[in-house]
Amino acid sequence: MAAPPTAIEQRAPSETGASSNVIVFENVSIAFEGKTVLDGISFHLEKGETKAILGVAGSGKSTILKLTLGLICPDEGHIYVLGDDVSQMREDDLFELRRKIGMVFQESALFDSLTVRENVAFRLLEEGPSEEEVDKPVREALSFVELENTVDKFPSELSGGMRRRVAIARAIITHPEILLYDSPTGGLDPVTSTTIIELIVKQRDVYKTSSLLVTHRIQDTFMMASHYFDRKANKMLPLPKGQRGEVPMTFLILRDGKAIFDGDVQQLAHSKDEYIKEFIS
Amino acid sequence: MELISPTEFGKETIKSVQDYSLLAAHSVANLFRKPRYFADMIQQADLIGFGSLPIIVLTGLSIGAELALNSANTLQRFGSLPLIGQLVSVGMVRELGPIITGLMVAGRNASGMASELGSMVVTEQIDAMRALGTDPMKKLVTPRVIATTVMLFFLTIISDLLGLFGGAVVSVLLFGLDWHQYWNTAYQALVFQDVFMGLMKPLFFGFIISTIGCYYGMTARGGTQGVGRATTQAVVASSVLILVVDLFITKLLMAVFSYQ
Repeated sequence: MAAPPTAIEQRAPSETGASSNVIVFENVSIAFEGKTVLDGISFHLEKGETKAILGVAGSGKSTILKLTLGLICPDEGHIYVLGDDVSQMREDDLFELRRKIGMVFQESALFDSLTVRENVAFRLLEEGPSEEEVDKPVREALSFVELENTVDKFPSELSGGMRRRVAIARAIITHPEILLYDSPTGGLDPVTSTTIIELIVKQRDVYKTSSLLVTHRIQDTFMMASHYFDRKANKMLPLPKGQRGEVPMTFLILRDGKAIFDGDVQQLAHSKDEYIKEFIS
Repeated sequence: MELISPTEFGKETIKSVQDYSLLAAHSVANLFRKPRYFADMIQQADLIGFGSLPIIVLTGLSIGAELALNSANTLQRFGSLPLIGQLVSVGMVRELGPIITGLMVAGRNASGMASELGSMVVTEQIDAMRALGTDPMKKLVTPRVIATTVMLFFLTIISDLLGLFGGAVVSVLLFGLDWHQYWNTAYQALVFQDVFMGLMKPLFFGFIISTIGCYYGMTARGGTQGVGRATTQAVVASSVLILVVDLFITKLLMAVFSYQ
């Protein structure tokens, strides 16, 4: 794996006041078929933080996740993930880095010819252990998303919400350092959406996993900012009054290829920008 | 249909050739890089090889029988009916066996590969695989290329033998030729160059079928319609390429062996 770039190690503390950035975007631009999707985007994600990326359809939210994973290359700028500049890395080196990152795709992207068990265990089986050795972690991951009884089912036999939960189990089975969620609640009913949000909050508060969450459902992100996961009660509970927003959660809002807001829930609530006011209303 | 400028068309064509060449080169180079997916190769060999057996048995038998049936009339006019075994064996082993097997496997498997991989692309399963740290070229493409190349070689041998058998059945039952005489002339007509040429071709054809099928699958765009288009293009391109490459290989090997 490539050595961490010294430039960002020196710049990050002075620019952000924190040296624990797991993801840094520096003036990243990308265009598809002549249409600019991201235009000089810069932001960073700190260790243990969850950043919700908001914006209208086609604003480049999912593109940010694909860029973070190195699935596509930016036209300009640099993207540092866990210290490595993914915009400069070879595909072979990226596979190593991607093993430290989990991603939940918009439409789940489960392998439809494999069972739930094989889907969840995919990453572990690739690393070499026998089928028997992966049983325990698979059970644990499926138990985390409360789907232990679906092990032998195929993705086509599951509902949309269940598929999304299996995708979360597949992403977390190796306890990745970073999680990327691409519209995890998109197209789901309110009850299932809350279940998914509870799982994301659990991952944030129990395992302290840094994550980027792409969504256009502002209500989901407000729920995440106003709730915490209580280990004793084993469920998501509202934060007591006065502690609202005191969870590691920030917001990034995109408009016309640019980041027009990057801050926490308090800053978002007090924003004077008309577009942002309308967006969160 | 949208019109594009000749320059754009030229650029797109060159890019497609470049992308195909890279895929073909990587599919072979991956054999020498870890991880290697032997279990997937065996699974693909079973699907491609054993799965294609019924159509190869049927086409091999009928092509041999038809070759004997059609040539018998002409040979009879010159009083050379006993040479029918010679004609069937040279025709099947040198040309018809490899090419018919290649075209049948192209129709069945190039389309299968293009549709399977194309569906995986449009449902983001290929991206998911990359995101999970697995190289789809190593996991999906290389096993298909190796399995098709190896299995087409054996399928061609089966097709040749069944073609000869089909010719024998027609010659004996319809034209009253002696069974032993047929096999004797069929065997004696073959020389090393015939067999070598007939067994070299499936190696090229298998490589063409699998790389074309995988290329169209991996580059499929535009939802289910795009997958359908990729499937059709894979069958057409691999069939045409088999016929064109066959011509060149035949000419080349004839020149190499100074053989007519």
